[in-house]
Amino acid sequence: MTTLTGARIGVVTFPGSLDDRDAARAIRVAGGQAVALWHGDEDLQGVDAVVLPGGFSYGDYLRCGAIARFAPAMQTIIDKARGGMPVFGICNGFQILVESHLLPGALIRNDHQHFICRDQKLRIENTTSVWTRGFEFGDEIVVPLKNGEGGYIADEHTLDALEGEGRIMARYLDVNPNGSYRDIAGLVNERGNVAGMMPHPEHAVEPLTGPSLDGLTFFTSILSALASGVRA
Amino acid sequence: MARVIVDVSLKPEILDPQGRAVQGALGRLGLAGVTDVRQGKQFVIEIDGTVDRAKLEELAGNLLSNPVIENYSITIEQA
Repeated sequence: MTTLTGARIGVVTFPGSLDDRDAARAIRVAGGQAVALWHGDEDLQGVDAVVLPGGFSYGDYLRCGAIARFAPAMQTIIDKARGGMPVFGICNGFQILVESHLLPGALIRNDHQHFICRDQKLRIENTTSVWTRGFEFGDEIVVPLKNGEGGYIADEHTLDALEGEGRIMARYLDVNPNGSYRDIAGLVNERGNVAGMMPHPEHAVEPLTGPSLDGLTFFTSILSALASGVRA
Repeated sequence: MARVIVDVSLKPEILDPQGRAVQGALGRLGLAGVTDVRQGKQFVIEIDGTVDRAKLEELAGNLLSNPVIENYSITIEQA
């Protein structure tokens, strides 16, 4: 794996984050430098991109991601994301991004009301964002999925727009595990710098612990984008 | 002193899996004729001093509810 010197990707730890260490590890496995960021600190230490990790920030109280969205670190991240800084939200991180209105729609309790933990097949449908440029359109990948509130919903107009603009990053294949509208597993924003998904690519980067190495491509994608000149 | 009650409910078009589970339980426990259950949240906020209505509206629509999926209503009881 090529080491891309200089690419620093922050991973924010909120009270209740679980997967911050795994996200940092995935960044390192992909060849980048992971920088630990603290939710209470507005300073992002000059990172080039940010990953919002999975977990249960603030115990998922109120709504998943609703309180984390107001954390000091998020105020800087929201501001910089609007200016083009790459941000990737995984699971709880995706929930934080929709609560922040950086991505449209909402994530609600799984329609069958059970927590899911399974290896999930996905189809990649956006290959232009900085987080997915290493994929081929239609690539089928398998990464872990584990959540209780992963049902993606949005109004018909928004769903049509997302499809029309190629902003559905990944869809669930074979089974829809949580009732997400149009099988949506992940999204990107209009500019392609902000992405979010419920499944966990950071858990699929090494043969010892993952069902595949498919998740690595999200992290090599951002590193290659940063190496080719995308800057926050 | 004031007591502010903020009720938050899912918009009618939003699926409510919890409400549906409660509906099933009500039927199993002998309540006949239940056609729908919607589960919401209620915040009871005690405030010392005067109520800043504009700030309250902002936070009810921003923090206490998510405008994408929820509606809210505010009731203020002056002591």
